[in-house]
Amino acid sequence: METIFRSYPSSSAQRSDRSAGDRLRHRQKVREAIRENIADIIAEESIIGKDRDRIIKVPIRGIKEYRFVYGENVPGVGEGAGEETRPGQVIGKGQEASQSQHAGDRPGVDYYETDITLDELIDIMFEDLELPYLERKHLREIEIEQQYRRKGFRKKGVRVRLDKRRTARSRIKRKLAASRHNETFQMQAERFPFHNDDLTYRHSVSEIRRESNAVVMCIMDTSGSMDTMKKYLARSFFFLLYRFLCTKYQNVEIVFIAHHTEAREVTEEEFFHKGESGGTFISSGYHKALEIIQQRYHPSLWNIYVFHCSDGDNFESDNSVALQAAQQVAQLSNLFGYGEIKPLGSGYYGNSMIPFFAQLQAENFQTVQIQRKEEIWPAFKIFLSKDRAREDAA
Amino acid sequence: MSTSYTIKDLEDWNKQILRLAREFGLNPYPQEFELCDHEQMLAYMAYSGMPSHYPHWSYGKSYEKLKTLYDYGVGGLPYEMVINSNPCIAYLMRDNALALQVLTLAHVYGHSDFFRNNFTFRSTRAEFTLETFKAHADRVRRYIEDPSIGLEKVEHLLDAAHALSLQCRRNLAIRKQTPEEEQEQLLVESKPLHDPFRSIHRPPEYAPPDFNRVPLYPDEDLILFIRDHNSHLSDWEKDLLTIVHEEAEYFIPQIETKIMNEGWASFWHKLILERLDLPQGVKLEFLVRHTQVLSPTPGGINPYHLGFKLWEDIERRWNDPIPNEEKQCGSRRKNGREKILEVREIERDTSFLRRYLTEELVRELNLFEYQSRGNERVISRVADEENWQQIKQTLIRNVGMGSVPVIKIENADYNNNRVLFLKHDHDDRDLHLEYAEKTLLYLHQLWGREVVLETTINEKKSLLCFADEKMVIKPLH
Repeated sequence: METIFRSYPSSSAQRSDRSAGDRLRHRQKVREAIRENIADIIAEESIIGKDRDRIIKVPIRGIKEYRFVYGENVPGVGEGAGEETRPGQVIGKGQEASQSQHAGDRPGVDYYETDITLDELIDIMFEDLELPYLERKHLREIEIEQQYRRKGFRKKGVRVRLDKRRTARSRIKRKLAASRHNETFQMQAERFPFHNDDLTYRHSVSEIRRESNAVVMCIMDTSGSMDTMKKYLARSFFFLLYRFLCTKYQNVEIVFIAHHTEAREVTEEEFFHKGESGGTFISSGYHKALEIIQQRYHPSLWNIYVFHCSDGDNFESDNSVALQAAQQVAQLSNLFGYGEIKPLGSGYYGNSMIPFFAQLQAENFQTVQIQRKEEIWPAFKIFLSKDRAREDAA
Repeated sequence: MSTSYTIKDLEDWNKQILRLAREFGLNPYPQEFELCDHEQMLAYMAYSGMPSHYPHWSYGKSYEKLKTLYDYGVGGLPYEMVINSNPCIAYLMRDNALALQVLTLAHVYGHSDFFRNNFTFRSTRAEFTLETFKAHADRVRRYIEDPSIGLEKVEHLLDAAHALSLQCRRNLAIRKQTPEEEQEQLLVESKPLHDPFRSIHRPPEYAPPDFNRVPLYPDEDLILFIRDHNSHLSDWEKDLLTIVHEEAEYFIPQIETKIMNEGWASFWHKLILERLDLPQGVKLEFLVRHTQVLSPTPGGINPYHLGFKLWEDIERRWNDPIPNEEKQCGSRRKNGREKILEVREIERDTSFLRRYLTEELVRELNLFEYQSRGNERVISRVADEENWQQIKQTLIRNVGMGSVPVIKIENADYNNNRVLFLKHDHDDRDLHLEYAEKTLLYLHQLWGREVVLETTINEKKSLLCFADEKMVIKPLH
């Protein structure tokens, strides 16, 4: 027979998946690509403020396989689909045509959408960061009796923890032993009751765990000069800080303080979406933060991270008060940052607080300037590096 | 139609199909069919149909891409996949209905006959296909497992080699000259032409040819040239380059004959199925599938359709030409069937289109030429009296290896500095610069020293110089 038919073997379901290795390697490369573009991805508005477990789609450039190919000025030939064709007619956009031709004869932009959970993305983000070892004083860890863990069995205990199965088993054992010991013992004896020795109780120990707490205080200038773009940049920064601390501490709380000439503690919604007007007293925000720290977050129990975003447009008269308050905040907190947001093209602002804050002599104080969204990630790294530097010095 | 059929059914149909194919004059390889499910089919597609192939992430990418398209219903699966080997191997989708399987069987014999008889496939050594690919896979795996080499290095080299794999000689039926033959030819060429009036002319000055030049003649086989002339490459690197080159050479005939080959298989499945005694339902299903396969791709070229039309037209013209076609066909010694069997042997896509794509066909297929303007593709020429030839030219230039720029190594010691100097044979088509830059990076990686490529950008001759991790564009003159 010169033609052979090989039937589909029924065991084929278990046949090895030959492309598994290459797919894995490809996914690794995609992941690397995500890491390289992380700054772009986190600047995408869509991921900020999203749920933790949510799966997001990250559009990334596919890993291209480069060759020598022709560019744009190359004419092609197509088949008319029946209706009349005439010169000048537009038949499509961009690269679509390349699909129908031989693969690889023209570059196409392949975009993948990769499903990735926000958590995974955050992992990748912070892998990139070479995590600084954050200061975590023992004092700031509270001991909590968290939960009970099973640990073996005891003969004594409270009734609710009685293990019925084991109790019954031990009775049977005793019964068998008794029958072997005493041949005359009648197996069919009418009763063989439980004895106190049979009772077995589950034993559990309470575990003491140390829990570390952190609080992020987001202070934002909501005066009239803060527009949507500036708020968006501030928000991205707060988002990163919050996510980052979530990976380091078990319990992270977040406090939003909005200020113009007066400061108020607000909800997240209000914080980002409600515009206010009026002038700016930066000091008011710091005073409010100090007040909240005093009331709720004692520095011996909480790691405090304070970050303030403003456009630097402060009233002159407030500057010295602000400096003093900042000094106090810096003393209480692990890390205190001031981010000045001046988007490019949003006009020239005469005032900047950065030179002014330079007078502040605190190791854990950092000022950063953010002009566009690509700068958020670098700024964030700079901000955290302060913490690291301090560790090294210690 | 029900999908239920047995191997026995297939064997019965196969017997009839094969008998018909033989009667028609086809001469296919012995055939092996393998039934597989859709995931296996996707895997075969990703690895060009080879049962054994060396690993590389790009195949994983291609699998993911195919799978995504399949899952979203954008790209269907082919009904079959045939590889050029002796015996010829084809995969059939287990879930297809019997009608489709019958069509596929006939289609496969068309391909197999083409593989066996078309001249471009002579160089592929079909008897050894499977063994060769298996041996390549084993070697690559061995290098990956070798602790002194490892995955990263192998991948790094394969990335570069893949980028350049198609930069090689296209017509493999022409033997490559040996270095001795090249020297001899150079010597012959350097001799002055014969001059019948030698006595009255001053003898021309004899310039001895430069035998130190490397290469003596511009060399198109980039990977092979680097393999043979970069002494810093270790043996395993040279071996990987050889493997990639051999695989590219294996696939070039298929790239070069896509239209002919697909057209040929479609032509024969139609003829064979028309002669088979099919039940009514099967016949209808066959017609539906046949029309699907041959439907023109709007805005592009469907090689099945174009090829099919050409084959039909050739056979018709040689069987009963209309009066003014008589003289094109020359002497009427061949009938249509003989003619197409001859054409399938001695042509490739470019020559096939050049010889047999007539004005009438260009019009009938309503071919047009388009150009990108800004972000849009705009029709620049339609099939009328003035433009049909230009459209044909454009088509010929884009088929087969025509879509790969011709780049040759001119000098391996440019500026006496071991700089690799290459020249792009520019034909109004500019290179894509971003891609050129990235590919030059690979070339630089393999050569290990500066690389210079002469090309034309916007009608200006320019040099693309790649050194120190970046490309610099220098205008010439």
